[in-house]
Order: sequence, then C-alpha cells, then structure tokens
Amino acid sequence: MGVRTTAARATAALGVAVLLASCGSGGDQGGEQPSGALEGRGEVTFATGKDTSGNMQKLVDEWNASHANEQVRIIELPESADAQRQQMVQNAQVKSDAYTILNLDVVWTAEFAANRWVVELPADQFELDKFLQPAVKTAQYRDKLYAAPVYSDGGLLYYRKDLLDAAGQKPPKTWAELTTACQAVKATQPAIGCYAGQFEKYEGLTVNFDEAVHSAGGDVVDANGKAVVDSPEAKAGLDALVTGFQQGIIPQKAITYKEEEGRRAFQAGELLFHRQWPYQWSLAGKADGSSQVAGKFDVAPLPGLNGPGSSTLGGHNFAISAFGKNKATALDFIKFFTSETAQRSNLLATSQAPTLASLYEDAELIKQFPYLPTLKESILSAKPRPQAVRYGDVTQAIQEAAYAALTGERTSDVALKELQTKLQELLK
Amino acid sequence: MTAAAQGSGTLWKRVLTFGGLGLILVYCLAPFYWMAVSAFRRPSDQFELTALPAPFSLDNLTAVFSPAVGFGRSLLNSLIVAGVTTILTLVIGVSAAYALARLHFRFKNAVAALIIATSMFPGISLLVPLLSLFTDIGWINTYQSMIVPSLSFALPLAVWNLTAFFRQMPEELEQAAMIDGCTRGQAFRKVILPLAAPGIFTTAIITFIAAWNEFIIALSMVNDSTMQTATVAISRFTGAYGFDQPFGTQMAAGVIVTVPLVVVVLMFQRRIIAGLTAGGVK
Amino acid sequence: MTAVARRARGATSGAGRLAAALLSPTFVVLGLVVGYPLVAALRESVFREGTDLDESGFVVEGARFVGVDNYTAIFVGESAARFWNAFGNTTVFTVITVTLEVLLGVGMALVMHHAIRWRGIVRASILVPWAVPTAVSALLWRWIFQADGVANAMIGQQILWTTEGWQAKFAVILADVWKTAPFVGLLVLAGLQIIPNDVYEAARVDGASPWRQFWQITLPLVKPALLVAVLFRVLDALRMFDLPFVLIGSRKESVETLSMVAFDEASSLRFGPAAAYATILFVYVAVTALVFVRLLGADVIGAARERARK
Repeated sequence: MGVRTTAARATAALGVAVLLASCGSGGDQGGEQPSGALEGRGEVTFATGKDTSGNMQKLVDEWNASHANEQVRIIELPESADAQRQQMVQNAQVKSDAYTILNLDVVWTAEFAANRWVVELPADQFELDKFLQPAVKTAQYRDKLYAAPVYSDGGLLYYRKDLLDAAGQKPPKTWAELTTACQAVKATQPAIGCYAGQFEKYEGLTVNFDEAVHSAGGDVVDANGKAVVDSPEAKAGLDALVTGFQQGIIPQKAITYKEEEGRRAFQAGELLFHRQWPYQWSLAGKADGSSQVAGKFDVAPLPGLNGPGSSTLGGHNFAISAFGKNKATALDFIKFFTSETAQRSNLLATSQAPTLASLYEDAELIKQFPYLPTLKESILSAKPRPQAVRYGDVTQAIQEAAYAALTGERTSDVALKELQTKLQELLK
Repeated sequence: MTAAAQGSGTLWKRVLTFGGLGLILVYCLAPFYWMAVSAFRRPSDQFELTALPAPFSLDNLTAVFSPAVGFGRSLLNSLIVAGVTTILTLVIGVSAAYALARLHFRFKNAVAALIIATSMFPGISLLVPLLSLFTDIGWINTYQSMIVPSLSFALPLAVWNLTAFFRQMPEELEQAAMIDGCTRGQAFRKVILPLAAPGIFTTAIITFIAAWNEFIIALSMVNDSTMQTATVAISRFTGAYGFDQPFGTQMAAGVIVTVPLVVVVLMFQRRIIAGLTAGGVK
Repeated sequence: MTAVARRARGATSGAGRLAAALLSPTFVVLGLVVGYPLVAALRESVFREGTDLDESGFVVEGARFVGVDNYTAIFVGESAARFWNAFGNTTVFTVITVTLEVLLGVGMALVMHHAIRWRGIVRASILVPWAVPTAVSALLWRWIFQADGVANAMIGQQILWTTEGWQAKFAVILADVWKTAPFVGLLVLAGLQIIPNDVYEAARVDGASPWRQFWQITLPLVKPALLVAVLFRVLDALRMFDLPFVLIGSRKESVETLSMVAFDEASSLRFGPAAAYATILFVYVAVTALVFVRLLGADVIGAARERARK
C-alpha cells in the first residue's frame, strides 16, 4: 500500500474531524460582554509577578484579616515579564475571570486599555496629585486612568566612589566627563571597564536606547505620538553607545548584559560606571562577600550629551481585568495597596521605588535608602517609553535597530532611518 | 542476555566497553555536575568558577523548601500528574498498539498516520484554544487539565513505539498459545507483554519524564498554588530584589526534581531486568 | 502460515470491531486535546484581528475573514526574509541535531548493551540529561555559555555565545544534543534487548566479525525501534522552541525557528498570522515525516501489512 494512499486517507479523516469540530466551535464568540462598572463584592484574585520579599503576601494577609467576605488571593505568575504578560493576555483572550487585579508593567497600559482588557478607574477616587506625575502618566491611556501607579523605577548611574576619589574626579554630568573620568581612573586601573548598561536584545535595550536618545536631547516619539527618531539628536544618542563599544569604553561582553549580568560585573569590580535600577543598591552593598564593591560605590543621575541625562521610566501599575468579578472589592484593594502605609512597608521590605512623592522626603526612609533623593530626581526627569497599543511591535523595532547598530551590522544612520519608517507605520 | 559480552571477555573488548561507559558518564553528567555544584554554593558566591563548592552550603536547598514556596506539595502534584499520565498512556497505548500490530482491519495506515499527525503541530500554538476549551468546561485548577494534555502529547510516541515492539514479537508465539487454548487476550498478556517488557518499560520512563517536565500547559491551566507542579514552582522562584534571578535556588530545585527520577528508574530497572531473566526470555 | 493465522485473517470484520474498541480511547484523547485546538487554529489562520483604533482609542473588535491572505503575506517582503531564515534554521538544527543524536544514541545503547556491570548505573545516568526539566537545563546552559561562564573559562577565550552568529547555533545544537541523545539511546537499547541471543550465537559460530554482526544482524533487527526514535526526534526538532528561546533569546536571527516565529506573532496579538505560521510548520513537518517514512521505510505498520500479505 502506497504512502500516497495513506496520506490521502489521513487527509480525509482529518477533513471529517474539521467538519465535526466546526459544528461545535464558535462558543468563544458569544460570551457575555464584560461590564465596565466597578460593581460587586466578594473574593478576588491578584495576578502578579515576583513577590520578592513576601511583603505582598503580608499586605494581602493584612487586608484579608479585616475583609472576611472580600478575600484576596495572590496568583503568582512566572518570574519573567514576558511570561507574565503572556499569561494575562491568554486569560483576556479567552475572557476568563481567573484574574481580577493585574499587576501591569508600565509599558502594557496602552495595549490592555485599548483592547478593553482592563476597565477605566475613577481618577477622582485616587489623590493623583500626591503621586509622582511621570508615574501617573504611565497609568493613563488617552488621558483616562486605567491603572493605579504602585511602583516606579528610574535608572541611576552607579559609580565607584573610591576610584573616582582616588583619581580626583567627580561624578560625571555628561558623557564626555564620563570618558575623561574613566581615562583618569584607567591610569591606575587599566583593566577596568568604563561603562555598561543593558544591551542584550530585550526590553532593557529599549530602555537604554531611549535613555541615550533622550539624554542627547532627542525623542523617539514626540508629544503628539509621532515618530521622530531620525533626528540628529537621536543619532548623537545612539552614536554615543556605538562609539562606546567601538572604542572599548563599553566592554565587548556588555552586549550580552541584562540587569543581572551587569550587576555581577559591577559587583566583581569590573566596571567603573554602571547604568542600573535602584534594586542594585542593596545587593551591591551586601557585606557578606558577594560584592567586592560594598561601601565603595554611590549613585548619581544619568549623564547626557550636554548636561544631565534623562532616565527611562520603569515600574508597575495595578489594573482591574474587564473579565474579573467583584470589581468594587478590587478597587478598594488597589486603594489600600497604593496608600502611604502600604507603600512605605513595600519600600522598606523590597526597596522598590514608591509612587507617592511624600515618601521621597521622609527623613527616616532617606536614612535607610540614601539614594532616594537622586532617584526622585531621576524619576521626575524621566521619559516614558512610547505609549503604544502595539507596544510589543514598537519595542521590537527599537531593539532590532539598536542591536544592529551596536553590533556594527548597520550604521546608526541606516538603523535609525529604518526604525523611523517602521515606527511611522506602527503608530499610524 | 548479554552473551555478546560474556562470551568474548578479551581485555581489549573490556577496555573498550569500560572506556565507552566512562565517556558516556562524563558526557551525561558533566553539565549536571555543574548544576549540582552551583546548587551547593553559597548564594553569595553563586558565580564562582571553582570545580567544587567552597564552602559547601545547603542554603539553596533550604530556600527551595522554605515553607512559603510549598515545593513539597508541588512535587506531590508532579508525581500525581506524571504517574497517572504514565499509567493511562500505557493502558491506552498498549491497546492501540496491539490493534495496529496484530489486528487486520481497513484504514490501518490512515489510523497510524493520523495518530502521529497529532505530534506535528507546534505545541505552543495549541495553548490558547486549549485554555479556552478548559475554561469553558470548568477544568481550570484540576489535575485532569494537566493529565489529559500530557497524555495526548505522550500517546503518539507510545503507540508507535509499542507497535514496533509488538511487531517484533513473532506472531507464531501467540498462535501457539492460542492453539494451546489461550484466548487472544490471554495469549497477548502471557506471551507478548512480558517479551516486550523492555519496550514498555522504556515507553513508561519516557512518558513519565515528559509529563514530569511539562511546563507551559501546567502553567496556563492552573493558577492555584496548591495545584501547581514542580516545574511551575521553579519558574516562580524569585530573587531577593527586583531583577535578581535566583539562579542557585533554581539549580537546586533542578537537582531535586532530577535525582528522584533517576533513583526510581535505577530501582525499577533492576526488578524489570531480574524479572526478565527469571522468566527466561528464550 | 498457520491455521490460526488464516482464521484470524478471515474474521476481518470482527477484528475491525475489536480494533475500533481498542483504538477509540486514543482517538478520544487526541481529538480533545489536539484535534479540537488544531481545527481552531486552522480556522483562526483565515481570519485577521483588527488593529485599527476607533475615535476614543479602542481597538475595533472582531476578526475579519481574509481567506489565504495570512498565508500569502508570509511570503512577501520582510516577513518572507524572516520566514525563510527561520525555515533554514529549523532545517539546519533538525538535520544536525538528529544526526548527532542518532550516532551518539546508538553508540550509547551499544556500549550499555555490552556492559555487564554498571549497566544499571549508566542507564540511570544517561537519563539525567533527559530528566532535567527543559526550562532548568536551558538556564543551566545559558549560565555555562555566558561571557564569564565556565565554557569560556575552559577554552580560555571570551566568545560571546549568546550574540548573533555561528556560536549561538553551536550552543543550541550542543545543548539539544546533550538533552536528547539519551532519548534515542534508551529506545535503541530497548530494541537491542529483545534481540534473541541465539541470533548472535549463530553468527559467532559462522565466524562473523563484530563489525559484520553489527551491520548485518544488530542494525536490521533494531531498525524498527531506531526508526521510531528518529522519526519522533525529527518531529520534535522541527518544532524546537524552548531551548533557543531561553538560551539565546527571542528575535535573534541566528537561532529563530518556525515555532518561535509563530509564538512571537501570537504574543504580538496577530493570532491569524501566527496560526498561519503554525499551519505551515505543521505541513512542513507532515511532509518531512512522509518523505522520511518513504525513504527509510519507517512505516512500521505499513510494513506489517505487507509482510502479512506475503
């Protein structure tokens, strides 16, 4: 019996299966329409990424103790941000009510809002003027509030205070100063790498590229949502990174760095300057032998082309799934989580940047986290990444262009032109 | 049963065999050794490159079993899911394979082709329709939502493999048994199954491990942490801060989920091989 | 041919009913978990989700029927380059990894089969790579291959394994072969174990060299088990996803496979095109399997029929 007959029969059998199944499908279309109203009280779930310190659970326990009929259950999603988004999108696609409250990365707001996966929140019920305004912006889509800002994040320039002091240098405000300072230090420390950020091809590269462009006075997307990345300023920003790699100011292997690889290099004393999030402060300062640089480093705002640079805004916001039940409880829980008490306890437990401005001026907290004033400055001058419904495509286009330029596969001119074309298409 | 080796006990052949064994051991275990070494380092010197952990530390292991993680429960869930999957796969797979190997019916080739065709679609693309289906029928947070997919991923290989093994058994053996008064079922159970034991056992191991290691379905279908499997639990290990990745803990958990499998296989295969020898293959 | 055999063949309709009973559990399970989603994906592949925004910024809901547009779009412009690159990677990975796995796996099985002592230990040890969860082993290899990792320390050079280029392909192939050669080894070993000893005895009496014994006795007898192992390795390798994804990263030209493209499209919410990619991959796998079956005669069941008719 020939293979052809076998194939034909298999096809026929498959065809029958198609017919059968097509009768039964279509159920996923006629589901009940999600309601935007924040109604209903009862049990809710809270889908979130890592609860590093267990403090989320602690706060949830606190809430549960006083809300016997409105219990909150944490659903822990995987450690990686992409996997978290994948789970949330999947559940939205099948209109599942499994998740009520979503812990969203700041760059997902537009996508989730525009697809109606999350509901609008009543802005008047949050005292938004008490929050850091850049953080509030990340929770909005077309000027409406879709999430409550809970964590913020901004990049800092970590530097080796001991080495700079020894070489008689001050923390740099511009890239030129950074290079000069590094050359001065290299006189005695020839092996040290000058600078690194996150240059692996992933979201971190978008963050670092945006920072370079903004810090050179350029923009990726302007205030009207138009792509403007083919400007001379943007080129100057990208070129700073490209020449950094070419001249060895940035070590070659930094092209493989995500946050953790860079942190290890900095902690091993291999880097003089390092662009990093605040989380590195506690880890690099550990005196248990894991960090060679404990007590030897400090932070400064990011440098720029002609003056202080501008960080890219990170952080997380809490939103309510359009398909979740008991949205009134969810709203109350979010208010509880964004309260000053909760944010303070979060900062103390996790050292994640809060979104309430007052906490950055709290003397007691500053004593424990001396970088808070610098961080506030960084966040207030920070620029968001493009707020796009198709953010996934936008960030991939940026990563393609930046990675090609950094690895020398394309010149920065060509890379930025291509990026401009793609962004225009995506942001239409 | 290893007469080839027994008969020719020349030094040369023994050297070759032992050399080969040594090579295999190194090849298979060197990366695993690195995993184990990483697991037994202190978290603070996680990224040292020394060949032995110095100092030796159980911190990572302790972290895996910290009460907040509930890893013991996850291991139990994995055991249930993989165990039930394996048993069902064998029962269903053996019947299907018997039909394909011994019975004469129309469309046999089409049936076999259709079974293997289900192994040809990218698994990652089945996820969303399956989630939609299981949500509709209320299977979220159940064992069957993990067992049934694992079963279906394992069945094509099991059926094909077992068919190949049954086909190798001379049909005359069964016929002889049937002449002796056995029914078709008895002949199969008493003659063919024991002879095909190596194939069945191997199928069981492969199915069990595949189910034990399944991740993406278990992650998507279950959101209740008391129902999660070990691989999902590992993906949820968090570092102490922000981006901090708990590499050591993950490696320790990797060792914990791997070693019991190997030990169990070691114990089982002794018995199986012993049983075979006792039964007298030929 | 014996009388019983003839009788069995005479009762084809009875056998058909029994076969249906024995096969139906398999089909119920496969139909539910693979059949239904597969049909759903096929249906999805002829629709396209709206990406337009209405005046207040909401995505206009509802998928539009687009016929074969999702398929034809794959072969135009930039996506064509991406598709063919992924197609090439998938093919190269499959050919190289499966070849290496077969050579290593058969070697492993032979050595284990001939060992008297240690066989249990070795057989349990070769399970280790296969038993380590893929997600954990990909992490392990990423750590081994990172810039300051043990791979570079051992060769005394700084190769950036996870950047674009041949080295990334090499890392994926090495990690995949490590993990799955034991799979082939196990299946082949099981095949070796059911070869009756008297076959070898006879060969030895005839004075056949070990080499001849391997080619003329062992290989033909172990062929069914080996071919099943290879066939399923081919199917899996063509759908390779986790390893390059975790070890090297998504959207890296050097290692992007067709499964990764399908996944990437779906996570960009282009479900129609994603389903089209998945369907094309499905067709590619099916064609490969058919060619394989025809060239190597791995059609275990078909062979059975033919032999029975002789």
